[in-house]
Amino acid sequence: MIEHIELFFKSIFIDNMVFAVFLGMCSYLAVSKKVATAVGLGAAVIFVLAITVPLNWLLDQYLLQPGALVWLGPEFAEYDLGFLSFIMFIATIATMVQLVEIVVEKFSPSLYNSLGIFLPLIAVNCAILGGSLFMQSREIETLGLAINYGISSGIGWFLAILAIAAIREKIRYSNVPAPLRGLGITFIVTGLMGIGFLSFGGMLTGGDEEVKDEAKEVVMETSEVEKEEDNQIKTVN
Amino acid sequence: MGLISKKDTKLITDPLADNNPITIQVLGICSALAITAELKASLVMGIAVLFVLGIGNVVISLMRNIIPSKIRIIVQLIVVASLVIIVDQVLKAYAYELSKTLSVFVGLIITNCIIMGRFEAFALGNGPWRAFLDGIGNALGYAVILLAVGFFRELLGSGTLFGIPVLGDPIEKTGLYSTGYENNGFMLMPPMALIIVGLIIWVQRSRNTTLIED
Repeated sequence: MIEHIELFFKSIFIDNMVFAVFLGMCSYLAVSKKVATAVGLGAAVIFVLAITVPLNWLLDQYLLQPGALVWLGPEFAEYDLGFLSFIMFIATIATMVQLVEIVVEKFSPSLYNSLGIFLPLIAVNCAILGGSLFMQSREIETLGLAINYGISSGIGWFLAILAIAAIREKIRYSNVPAPLRGLGITFIVTGLMGIGFLSFGGMLTGGDEEVKDEAKEVVMETSEVEKEEDNQIKTVN
Repeated sequence: MGLISKKDTKLITDPLADNNPITIQVLGICSALAITAELKASLVMGIAVLFVLGIGNVVISLMRNIIPSKIRIIVQLIVVASLVIIVDQVLKAYAYELSKTLSVFVGLIITNCIIMGRFEAFALGNGPWRAFLDGIGNALGYAVILLAVGFFRELLGSGTLFGIPVLGDPIEKTGLYSTGYENNGFMLMPPMALIIVGLIIWVQRSRNTTLIED
């Protein structure tokens, strides 16, 4: 149970899809001008992630991982179809998004109209494919954790786009320098929000060491190297 | 040059400045921010996108009259996914360390909006040679921004360029470090990439005021 709670909060705050790994930036920037559309798109992203990540987990577990085909027969144990991951994942995602589009059009025509072009665009939203790829590279262990990861990373993305939409609505009446208006100030504000979210980094210590992102590793490696060489200099002296 | 007409050279030069895919068309942002902590990664990513976009544009352009409109997104995705699988396997075979740094972002080239964006906007309506030039131009525009962001992040963040220390030795305190300068480790963190791109946009729009939005 505790690993579910840990994964949930880690995916929303520490490995936030927008602020830590920059997934889904294009639609994040394009749809964040009004809070209402941002909420609609965010909800759609949560829904699609919650469905596609577990589905792709099943595909990965029983088809794509090295040795996954063992259920067909012991002679298949050495097959590694990992190189097909990209095509299989994107195929599942495109199909699921098509299904979601049909369902939304039938049950909520107003939401369908307000989302417009963005619903089919979710299929190529890097956040969706990224969710599945991170699920694979971090070797999420069970189906339950995969569902958890899908929902929580969706919620993280939703939080980010909600926040930036609210801020963009407010700063429309601020005195932003002309060349920065619109896109430029959004980038800078998102960067500042990212810095704010970095403060969540100390929240869950003693967790999965491999999950730290490369930037933190590089920073830590340089400081460790400095400490080692300081020690060497001290011993020489 | 007799090989490329004047109109066609614009296909290559426009995306380098006024129609830049990242800062003007707002495409391909995700990977531009995530992997630019090292110049080497930025360069490899730029080359990968050059390969995928150049060849992808040509393939889609050659098929443009036989793809039924209803399934064109799926066809485009399959073409891109296949090219990216090739890139990924080549990287894993010849540059394993680098492929670990780039991790999932090689796979995310599939959803890189520049590629799908150029397929839709250009390759589906133009011949293969012009589509190829357009692909090269946009990929170069993308690579230029990646290299610019990577340059500042690596230089200010670790004092190196392509892994070679250029400001002196931070341990021995030679070069610039003897004046008390320290590496700004914060530059290697993700949010700084966002702020650097924001500043690049500021510079670009100040120089060309027609790009300012209201």
